[in-house]
This record gives sequence, structure tokens and C-alpha cells, in this order.
Amino acid sequence: MPAAHSYAYDVLIVGAGGAGLRAAIEAAQSGVTVGLICKSLLGKAHTVMAEGGMAAALANVDDRDNWKVHFADTMRGGQYVNNWRMAEIHAKEAPDRVRELEAYGAVFDRTADGRILQRNFGGHRYPRLAHVGDRTGLELIRTLQDHAIHLGITVHMEHTVIELLLDDGRAAGVLAYDRERGRFHTFAAKAVVLATGGIGRAYKITSNSWEGTGDGHALAYRAGAELIDMEFVQFHPTGMVWPPSVRGILVTEGVRGEGGVLRNSEGRRFMFDDIPDNYKPQTASDPEEGWRYTQGDKNARRPPELLTRDHVARCINREVKAGRGSPHGGVFLDIAWIKEKLPDAEAHIKRKLPSMYHQFKELADLDITKEPMEVGPTTHYIMGGIRVDGDSQESSIRGLFAAGECAAGINGANRLGGNSLSDLIVFGKRAGEYAAASARQRGPVRLDEGAIDRAMKASLEPFDRGGGGENPYKVQHDLQDTMQALVGIVRTEGEMQEALDRLAAFRERAARAGVEGHREYHAGWHTCLDLRNLLDVSEAITRSAIERKESRGGHFREDYPDKAAEFGTVNIATRRVADGTMQVTRVPIPEMPAELKQVIEAEKQ
Amino acid sequence: MSQATFRIWRSRPGEAGGFADYRTEVSEGMVVLDAVHQIQADQAPDLACRWNCKAGKCGSCSAEINGRPRLMCMSRLNTLDLTQPVTVEPMRTFPLIKDLVTDVSWNFRVKKGIQCFQPRRPDAADGTWRMAQRDADRVQEFRKCIECFLCQDVCHVLRDHDKHDEFIGPRFFTYSAALEIHPLDSAERLGDLKDTQGIGYCNITKCCTKVCPEHIHITDNAIIPLKERVVDRFYDPVTRLLRMFR
Repeated sequence: MPAAHSYAYDVLIVGAGGAGLRAAIEAAQSGVTVGLICKSLLGKAHTVMAEGGMAAALANVDDRDNWKVHFADTMRGGQYVNNWRMAEIHAKEAPDRVRELEAYGAVFDRTADGRILQRNFGGHRYPRLAHVGDRTGLELIRTLQDHAIHLGITVHMEHTVIELLLDDGRAAGVLAYDRERGRFHTFAAKAVVLATGGIGRAYKITSNSWEGTGDGHALAYRAGAELIDMEFVQFHPTGMVWPPSVRGILVTEGVRGEGGVLRNSEGRRFMFDDIPDNYKPQTASDPEEGWRYTQGDKNARRPPELLTRDHVARCINREVKAGRGSPHGGVFLDIAWIKEKLPDAEAHIKRKLPSMYHQFKELADLDITKEPMEVGPTTHYIMGGIRVDGDSQESSIRGLFAAGECAAGINGANRLGGNSLSDLIVFGKRAGEYAAASARQRGPVRLDEGAIDRAMKASLEPFDRGGGGENPYKVQHDLQDTMQALVGIVRTEGEMQEALDRLAAFRERAARAGVEGHREYHAGWHTCLDLRNLLDVSEAITRSAIERKESRGGHFREDYPDKAAEFGTVNIATRRVADGTMQVTRVPIPEMPAELKQVIEAEKQ
Repeated sequence: MSQATFRIWRSRPGEAGGFADYRTEVSEGMVVLDAVHQIQADQAPDLACRWNCKAGKCGSCSAEINGRPRLMCMSRLNTLDLTQPVTVEPMRTFPLIKDLVTDVSWNFRVKKGIQCFQPRRPDAADGTWRMAQRDADRVQEFRKCIECFLCQDVCHVLRDHDKHDEFIGPRFFTYSAALEIHPLDSAERLGDLKDTQGIGYCNITKCCTKVCPEHIHITDNAIIPLKERVVDRFYDPVTRLLRMFR
């Protein structure tokens, strides 16, 4: 069975969100041939959903900001298990990457003197997020897309990658299928960049679109690459909870950045009741100080609503469990209250948070300028992913690079809001640059015809089983229920062991999944192919979470509720070994250079 | 829980296709896309539709619901008459691929042909620019566009007169307008708008504005000002006269 088409590029990029597009631009500008594969249409990637902004120490709003403060904030937010080199590079290079977007045509909100405006966000000491209202992700993706289309990059839309192909242990291309016709295509490449985003679809309540099925994570894992930090999943504290059909859709942290407050059913601002010690010096002591902070008072400290996402999510979870939640199982997020403080509050809210206003008005019949929203945690982001070299973004497989959410390291145990969009452009650029350099040094690659043939046959098995097989949607649904219930915000050993048993059973069911009909644009067949990836990432999350017997950042263990020093110096790694099973190891974090340690100490206060 | 009927367009590549009725349960807050997903999971696993964000931000799930171009994810069932079947069809202006999915690749080709952004020289020594918020606001109205192509779908120049080779459509007039009023842009587009992109074909019926899910004032704020610029440049008698003596 031959593939319909064979393509060959110097650099092949899988994924066309912010990281993939930025990598494609960099590689194309360096003169190599570039192919870009995206699962949806160009410009629809999950990056469009990003709302709040991108963090970069431009110091346009507060001149006390610089890369050192940003670095220290990122490390503190990540509970010090970050790849410190990535956190350093990110903090140093983000300002240039943001300014470069302006040269590509991005239009950010402005300061009074006409420079790029920056807003407050959780865990960032100073106003640091360059933004465009609350649709910064759309601005980022459109800017990169409109720039990239003039650079000679070949875009393959609505293609899904099935297998990563190796040649002599090095990445050599992929096998993919196009959705429109359901045909297989091979892509030979001297270097491959994975920029496939996240895994949110492994959970029932998520802000992620259908695409977030951990494809890059799983492709790299099955090819033998090492994943790290998979236990660290970010549950964003504020997702919509009502009506049921929109449950999980993101409510930007920008609402809190603009003065929005969290209250329980008793009307209490419960976030003031639980402020972690390492954040106490930078947190407001009363609501008035918190309000002044959101309005740009440099002498005020931030309100506790802007503590890190892991912490806020757990506090909301606790309020709901204690019976102090909102009618539909969340808490109240109130921005309407600012009318007590501002004369033109309604117009102000609509201008600062236009898409939130729109989203609640249209999907929940609720006017956020008049009433509080109901919000609760939603699976948003995975800190873990493909282990990469901090400088080059190369994985443990030569010629295989990763950038953005599917790569791990910069965020440690918890990502700060705003650090994702900047991560995409900083490390997308680096991945493109180093992948192009790697490709230039490499001779022609050879694709393993046997592996291609096996992968094509395996992919078509659901049609052989037909409609009598397991319904793939049902398997996916049950998998999501299990991960939500047993490997969610609060975890215990027993529940996670049970999750492993269930995952094994889902694997058997997935192997029996069947579909009827033709290969063209067949959503059920696609779901069959997604299941493999979802199962691999779910197992990696669960096994890593069992191994980390402590609580840190996004990973909270009820049976080990405190941080443990022995886990502060390691990352948990998962790798596929020869017999096909998942091996879990603890990998020591390299010693941080003295100058970076000093930066962290100096910023601790 | 009550039930409703969805009359969904079904077709395969190269075949004529037709409507098929599906009954499914409906509950509070549901949107049309939820119903389509439910039908996909329980009754028609091979039903093809595009979607991504489910929050009106990506512009993937464009369709014609009860004959009106809309995003499926933003069409709440409580705004529709559920005593009658709800019809869900693909966008009719674009070639059909399968079921609710159409070939929108023409749009991507058109965009590539539009003169791209070219910034003027930086304002400051550090290579940065200065821009007033009010100037940013004007561009941002157009940059809100989520490229759902509903405006292209409803535009009669494309839909009824099939002028795809001579007319770029409301989406790309909005795109061109965003570039033209971009405070930093220095490129020239008016000649193309007049000669090859067919701005003259638009007779301002404002259908595009009515269906825009982002509420962009496509006709008033993008197309009409572009038409005015083209007229000023190429048809104004005074400037034409002056040009003769230059």
C-alpha cells in the first residue's frame, strides 16, 4: 500500500499555533525549505484562545522591571523545578520577540506615551503582559500567520500526523493523513519540530479544543524520546461552569488583573484567608490595597486573587467542597463591583474585556458589567512534555525539536499566566533556528518503508472492525471521566492506581474501536487515532504523579500535602522501553549557576 | 429533558447529498454545535464538521442555520424554534467537501495576493514605534476578525455572481482596510483594490455586516472608506487634472 504523496523538506514543523508558526518563520528566513503541517485550518490553533497577554520585561509601565525579576518570578511560580536555563533565556529574549511582532504588524494596546501597554497578571511582580484587550492570542496567531504566508513555507492544512519516522535513530520525517480525502502522505525531513500544544482533551472539563490530544507528546514518546514533568497539569482557576455545554471555557485571568474579585456564597473574599508564606511579602494586606494595585499604584501589592493559578484553583476547589460555592458548583468572579470605584465602569469593562463580555452575554445570558460570573477550575495547560535542551530545543532524539506547550522545562511545576505566549515566540524562534542549522548539516534521509506500511495498516484497522467495534467517542468520554475524577486537582495514591487499571482497560477497548463508512473527513476514525495519544499521555501523567510523592505547583497530593526537599531537585521522566512499557525515573536537575542563584535570592526579599 | 430535530446536510465527495433528520436530546444552554456533536457521538460518527474553540474565537464552525450564516458554537437553541426541525447546512458559497465542511482554500489564496504589511522606519532609536491608543483602536476593530468567512458566504457578488477571480470579498476588504489604516504601514494597495480586487463590485447591501459574529462594521468602516480612497486617488477630477501637469 503506497502513500498517496511523498513530500520532502529540510525542516518539517508539526503544528501551526504560535510556536510552530514562529519556528517556521525563523527556519524559512534562514533559507532552508520548510513544510508546516496543521491539524486544522491555518490560524485556528488553540493559540487563538489565549486572552490575557504575553509576558515580557519591557518595563514600559513600571521601569523597575527587568529580565532578572521576570526570571525570578518564573522560577518562584514553577517552584524551582524549572529548567533554569530556559527560564533565563525566556526572560532575556521575550522583550525582543514581542517588539519583533510589532514589526510584523501586531497592534498592541498602548501606554499614554504610545508604547506597548502592559498589564498585571498572577505571579508577575510588575505589569508585564503586552496585550490586545483580551484577545491577545488571536493577535499573535494572525500576525505570525500573515507574516509567514509570504515566506515560501508550504502549509499542509487539516493533516494529522500518525507516526514519527526515524532513520538510524534520528528524526527523519512523519507519516500523516489528510482529512479531506483520508489519504496517507509521507514527509521526509532533515529536522522535525513538534509544536503540537497540549493534552487538555484527556480531561472532561477543559479549556482546550478537540485538537489538544497530546499528539506531539505521544509521537515523541513512542519514538523513544523522554518526557518530563508530566504530573504537572495546570487547572486554570476560572473556567465557565454554567450552562453545562460551555463548562470549561476559559475566563481570562485578565478579569482579575482589571480588578475582578473572587467571592464565595457568603460574599467573602476567601482568597485573603490563604496566602502562602513565600508570597506574603508581595500580597496586599486588604482589599483597598489590592484595588490600588490593579489600577497601577506602584506602591501597592497585588490582591490575592492574582496568586499563582495552582493555588487559586485549589482555594476555589476547597470553597466548593466546603459547601460555600455558587449554585452551579463554582464560585463568584465579580468585575461589576468596580462601578463603586469608577464612574464609567460599564464602558471600561467592555473596553478592557470585550471578548469576555461577549462570551458571557451570548453563551450564558449574563452581563458581566452588572452581575458576577460563576467560575470554577478547568484543565488548561500541561507544564510537562518533551524534554529538550534549553538552548536548542532539541529533544533526546537527534534531529527532533520541540517548542511551546508540548516541550517541557520553562514552567517547572506551575506556569505563570502570560508566560505561555512569550514561551511560544522565544522558543519557537530558537527551535526553528536550531532545526534549520541541524538540517543544513545533514545529508539525505531515508524513510523506513516497513514502518510506514505497518503504521498505515494499523491506522485502518478501525474500518476492518466496522460499526460492531467499540464506539471511539464512548472510550474517549470514559477516559476523560477517569482522568477528571482520579488524576485531577487533588490526587491520592489509591485513586491513581485505580486510574492505571482503568487506563489498561481503555487500551483494550481502544484496540477494539471500530467505525463504518469512508475515510473522507471521518470524525469517528479520527477519534480512534487520537485515542492512542490520549492513552499514552494519560498514562504518563498518572505514573509521574504517583512517583512524585509530595505536593508542588500544579501537582497536589492529599496523601502528601507538603513539599518534600528530595523532590525539589529532580524531574520525573517517562520513557518507552524496549518491551513497550513505560519507565519512570527521577532525573536530577543540574546545579544552577551562582549568578542565577543570586538573582533569585536578591528578588526574594 | 426534551428532544428536538436537526435537519443536517449529508453528502460525500462527488455525490449530490441531501438532508437527513436526527432527533436528539436538548438541555439548557445548548448551542447548535453541541447538538451536532451529540449526533456525531450517538448516531452518525462519520458526520463531518469543523470546530475548534467552541467559544466564538476561532471561526471554524461556520454554517447556515435555518438559512442564516452563523457560527454553530454561538447559536443557542433557546433562540431557535425547536418545534420545527432546525436546518444545518454548509456554507453555500464554497465548494462542498463533505456534510458541513466546505473547501475554503480560495480565501487563503486571496490573502496571499494582498500586499503585506510594510512598517515605516522605527520612531525611536531602539527600533520601536509610537502609536496612540485611538489609532490602535481603529485597526483593532478589523483585527478582531476571526476569519469565519461568513461574510464571504453571504456576499452576493461571490454567492450569486461567482466573481471569485475578480473580487476578494468583504473579509479581504476588511483585511486591506486594517493594513491601510495601520499607523505603521507604508505599502500601497489602492491600485490593486481598484484593478484586480474588485472593490467597485460591492454595492453596499451590508449583508456582510449583518452576519459578522464579531460585529465588525465591515461596510461602513472598512469598505466605504476604501472606496472613498480609491475614488480620491483615481477618479477625483481635480487630482486628475493636477496629475496631468505633474
